[in-house]
Amino acid sequence: MTPLAAAAPAKPVDVVPLVVVIVLFVVVAGIGFAASRWRAAPSGLKSLDEWGLGGRGFGGWVTWFLLGGDLYTAYTFVAVPAAMFSTGAVSGFFAVPYTTVLYPIVFLLMARLWSVSHRHGFVTPADFVGGRYGSRALSTAVAVTGIVATMPYIALQLVGIKAVLSVLGVGGGGNAFLQDLPLIIAFLVLAAYTYTAGLRAPALIAVVKDLLIYVAILVAIVYLPLRFGGFPEIFGAATAKLTATSPVTGKPIGSVVPPAASFNAYWTLALGSAMALFMYPHSITGVLATKSRGTIRRNAVALPAYSLVLGFLAFLGYVAIKAGTKPIDLNGLPNPQLVVPQLFLDNFPGWFAGIALAAIAIGALVPAAIMSIAASNLFTRNIYRDLFAPQASAQRQASVSKIVSLLVKFGALLFVIGLDQSSAINLQLLGGIWILQTFPAIVGGLYTRWFDRWALLTGWAAGILVGTVSAYSVVNPLTKAHFGGSIAPLPFTTTPVYIGITALVVNALVSVVLTLILRAMRVQPGTDITTTSDYGADEHDPKVVALEDRATEAEPPVTQPPTA
Amino acid sequence: MARTVDRPTRGPARPLPYVIVGVLLAIGIIAPLLVPTYARTDPTLAGIPFFYWYQMLWVLLDTGLLAICYFIIRAEDRRRRAAVGVDRVAARAEQDR
Repeated sequence: MTPLAAAAPAKPVDVVPLVVVIVLFVVVAGIGFAASRWRAAPSGLKSLDEWGLGGRGFGGWVTWFLLGGDLYTAYTFVAVPAAMFSTGAVSGFFAVPYTTVLYPIVFLLMARLWSVSHRHGFVTPADFVGGRYGSRALSTAVAVTGIVATMPYIALQLVGIKAVLSVLGVGGGGNAFLQDLPLIIAFLVLAAYTYTAGLRAPALIAVVKDLLIYVAILVAIVYLPLRFGGFPEIFGAATAKLTATSPVTGKPIGSVVPPAASFNAYWTLALGSAMALFMYPHSITGVLATKSRGTIRRNAVALPAYSLVLGFLAFLGYVAIKAGTKPIDLNGLPNPQLVVPQLFLDNFPGWFAGIALAAIAIGALVPAAIMSIAASNLFTRNIYRDLFAPQASAQRQASVSKIVSLLVKFGALLFVIGLDQSSAINLQLLGGIWILQTFPAIVGGLYTRWFDRWALLTGWAAGILVGTVSAYSVVNPLTKAHFGGSIAPLPFTTTPVYIGITALVVNALVSVVLTLILRAMRVQPGTDITTTSDYGADEHDPKVVALEDRATEAEPPVTQPPTA
Repeated sequence: MARTVDRPTRGPARPLPYVIVGVLLAIGIIAPLLVPTYARTDPTLAGIPFFYWYQMLWVLLDTGLLAICYFIIRAEDRRRRAAVGVDRVAARAEQDR
């Protein structure tokens, strides 16, 4: 017995839920390996289109599950209620307006990105930026930002799995290696089926995961409020806890309804996060894997169903306050990240808690797989191929990507085992600010060629610099550590806003002003390989490769109708 | 890189459908972000403060707005594609393969 165990009795292993989690994990692993044969090309998964984008043929249903599993990650499911439990609305419930305003943005932008990528065979956002601006420097910057922002995000998915294992009492032994063994096994299995089946594996697993999540949360949101005296009681308990004065800061702990001083922080967090989400390579991978323009737009209409579930899940943070849930980690210290797993374990029979916990753990595997695929596609296309091996064949690219996907996952694993959890959270927070700085290049490029490539590159650098410095300057009032949050006063004012938005404004201003200057100096723009028609192309339109082949033959005359 | 003439995939756009969709999308983005319009407790719904149920309501409202946008854009896209006969060309390309 360690000295810590004297303060808190050692957590016993919960057998029934653990068995349910293991059984579901094995089922899911089987599905992952079997996915390599699902609708696969007869020649096998020997190109990035096949391995990294699932054959570019996912229809509406598969895409709904895939993107749902991809965007609403296990970490979201753990962190949002944890934030509600700890400090209330501002840092937790903003996720609901964030995932509401997300979909008009997706509707607006992603169909155009799909069309131009379909036409040119682009696999990554950096492919598009490179083709649009003819700038290797800019496409490399977009690729590196994407990889760096994704790595800590993968690491955080492990935090989701770890939360489930800790609540079950697994991984508490004294031996450091044994402690992390379950996590290592889970990740080895994940790495193996991602390597074998590519994007098809998370696509199929997402179906299982999402159904489990829906069942678990809908049952919880009906049953738990009934058990704890209804919503008036629950919100009353939350108000009592969050409006109490914190002994450390002398201010209220949090808020149930945000005070006027937090309004700008609230909406800038929601907007900035929504603008950033579809700049992440794993979201774009999900978009480019779809069959047609319409698939994406239909999904923009259907995906908000997940946002409702996320809202209910956020309520569970308050339910836990009322229920008096005690999220105690294996080391005997409180850890709010454990609050939802603990809530399920305390209030449901073992088998049902097992289903809910398995849903969270499997929910970590889906995005972790997609993220590692997206990051390795970026590396292969925009670093390996663009900078080192321009002649690399499709088959060669696929094998490089498969190997890099393994490296990416082991990197994330070492990250979580080696560093403490808070550095993963800090880096993920920074990653969100960084990825938002690719917005002007990617989204600007979808609509206009006006921006100059060097202006965009300078704007990107300025945004990254401002964002990183501001985030470093935020000091946590409790621990006095830097990178204490993602909200800081807008420069020259006292209004707190999301740092990503401040940095994006700087980025956009630099890009616009510098473009004007470079235009005046008549600096040559890069070659744009895209044309206006590419941005409206659909599934059956010929791809550029096909167009070029036919151009060498006699061009059949196309009857052009009189233009209006 | 050799490039063929740019063969249009769509005919010219009519402004009206795009203006309507633009306005609807703008509403869908701006309204859920107007925090002062909903940062209060009353009226509650089944004990849930206004702040919470109103934002959840906007998830549904945005879905409705996007559904309308989807049908408007689909009709306009079809009209524009028909205007250049692009689907006939595409069908022929498919046969060539």
